[in-house]
Amino acid sequence: MDFTFNEDQELFQSTLREFLARECTPEAIRARWSEDAAHSPELWRKLAELGIPGLLVPEADEGMGLDEIDAVLLFEEAGRAALPEPLIATAAVASRMLAEIGDRALADRWLKRIAVGEAIVAVADPVSPFVTDADVAHLLLLAHADEVHAVDPADARRVPQPGNDPSRRLFSVSFVPGEGTRVAEGEPGRKLWADALDRGALAAAAQQIGVADRLIETSCAYAEQRHQFGKPIGSFQAVKHLLADCKVKLEYARPVVHRAAHSVARGAADRPLHVSMAKLAASQAAGSAARVALQVHGAIGYTWEQDLHLWMRRAWSLEQAWGRDAFHRARVAEAVLAEEARLGPGETFGGGA
Amino acid sequence: MDLTYTPKQQAFRAEVRAWLERHTPARPLASFDTRQGFEEHRRWEAELDAGGWSMVPWPVEYGGRGADLLEWLIFEEEYYRASAPGRVNQNGIFLLGPTIMEYGTPEQKARFLPRMASSDEVWAQGWSEPNAGSDMAAIQATAIRDTDHYVINGQKTWASRGAYAHWLFGLFRSDPGSERHHGLSFILVPLDSPGVTVRPIEKLNGKAAFAEIFFDDARVPVEHRVGEEGQGWKVAMATASFERGLMLRSPARFQRTAARLVDLYRENAGGCEPSLREKVVECWMRAEAYALETYRTVCRLLAGGRIGAEASLNKIFWSELDLAMHEAALEILGVRAELLPEAPAAEGVDDWLDGYLFALAGPIYAGTNEIQRNVIAERVLGLPRK
Repeated sequence: MDFTFNEDQELFQSTLREFLARECTPEAIRARWSEDAAHSPELWRKLAELGIPGLLVPEADEGMGLDEIDAVLLFEEAGRAALPEPLIATAAVASRMLAEIGDRALADRWLKRIAVGEAIVAVADPVSPFVTDADVAHLLLLAHADEVHAVDPADARRVPQPGNDPSRRLFSVSFVPGEGTRVAEGEPGRKLWADALDRGALAAAAQQIGVADRLIETSCAYAEQRHQFGKPIGSFQAVKHLLADCKVKLEYARPVVHRAAHSVARGAADRPLHVSMAKLAASQAAGSAARVALQVHGAIGYTWEQDLHLWMRRAWSLEQAWGRDAFHRARVAEAVLAEEARLGPGETFGGGA
Repeated sequence: MDLTYTPKQQAFRAEVRAWLERHTPARPLASFDTRQGFEEHRRWEAELDAGGWSMVPWPVEYGGRGADLLEWLIFEEEYYRASAPGRVNQNGIFLLGPTIMEYGTPEQKARFLPRMASSDEVWAQGWSEPNAGSDMAAIQATAIRDTDHYVINGQKTWASRGAYAHWLFGLFRSDPGSERHHGLSFILVPLDSPGVTVRPIEKLNGKAAFAEIFFDDARVPVEHRVGEEGQGWKVAMATASFERGLMLRSPARFQRTAARLVDLYRENAGGCEPSLREKVVECWMRAEAYALETYRTVCRLLAGGRIGAEASLNKIFWSELDLAMHEAALEILGVRAELLPEAPAAEGVDDWLDGYLFALAGPIYAGTNEIQRNVIAERVLGLPRK
């Protein structure tokens, strides 16, 4: 039993944190917002030099050959920086999916290009009608019932659906499914989509942790600097207690997300339950941090000019991604209330079996 | 990261489980806040101790097994899984014991620890006073040195287990001119000493759970002081640290309540309003989150990390979780929720009502949750004190 990250994992995390603090500033994010696409090819290329898009791509395909335990801290950093890149679909979901479809030619065509930062893949979220970043993708992985289709973006109709978070570009995508696009069906197709959902939800949950952390940090800094009644507003208990509660929610969500990463990496049987618990806990942590951050900032936080909403919008839009809270809550309820559920002391890691 | 148990940890779990299956009383003991229940629980503690299970993390020389904190969590999981009796001497074994281990003299360790492990001597704690609650540094009770004795005067209150306990540990002002957290000493007092008067206080459920204790020139040998004279605050703070918190409120306790809550819901789901389903599942998830965070923290400690003010996070989390679980249970029970177990129509109400009354104390004792939020804000988040 070891619930810690190793030095390499922590070092990679701090490297990415420093990189994003330099390269993914609020000014840079706002610059992307005014463009046609949230994705920046230049930033993506630099991320590829760090190995980020190919984190989970096997080493044989020029990726880093890491697993979700290695990746979870990196996704947290993406959240902390409010990174508006197609990280979840390409790095967390598509790279695994393409390797598992079982079509070697398909894998050969795409995995290496993902790893070196030349290919963006947009993946249908199995519980949402919208596809994120379909405009900048070089390949679309789309669903037709249980089937998986690998579709050339030029062959799909992509209708933009402008949303509340300009870092998350949504599209309705329609295509004509056929023999030429179908790469999986039946039971393998169902499994690919189920795994895609768990991997996407895990990566989104990790980003929510980073978002919550950043919102609390920013709000504490503001509460120390902003004076009213001759004192920093952070000295008032009413403000302190709001932020303390956010910190409690965050620190009790973090290990739930880390355990889910372990379950996904190891292919544990309880993976869907663990992922849904993680997404819910992280969503609550980010959601309440966003709410409190706005309250602590007061009127200035309500402006477009203040950067706070870059993270608030991430908190709101990540809740929508890869299963909303209601979806994950229903999944947890089904597992917990099942006749055969093993609950209670000693069952957290299957110790009572 | 590897979230699986080692063969050694699995073997330890199996050994604990096997012993508890053979020894755990078939029927619940009477409440340890009654005289009869207090003695029944002491007999159970003696049996645990005879089997070597009283305090597994303690060194072998004091009756423990030298278990590490992960094995302690496993022990607790099995203990609550077996529905074994509550620990009547928890103030002693979970709070004072580790403090004596850290600050006590060899003589004090030999004198107090074995009798604590067997519950031959049961301990009450003496922190609060009528005018020193959340503001514990406002302590006024004095312990004035008279050559080889301290002469103790003043009053302690809300002393848990105080009604029937044999000894009390607490903080007293040994330097009468001192203020706040200076000049305090950590002293062990036999409650049958001349000059000590114990007046039990009934808690919300009508049972004598705690007591107020009056000291009128009670004399205690200086050998009963733990740590240096005037350093009592530091010693007391160690008693309140993370590891002690982990002893007193390990996750297994709340996971067992959560699992019972799920069972209660399953049995009564037909008569429940739909929103209860969500509440019950939410409670279960929070209990799991508490377990996960505890494992994470313990693994960090075992890897050489340190835990400081972060311990304040867990007090808030478990106390509010415990309350939420009991509130949900009472909602499930509906109109029967107010019945005492002896009521003819009380079948199935179990001890949820009594558990609820106890859970209400959680956000108050061991430092109110408001104090904990101040600690988190100032010492974890770095917000200004004033």
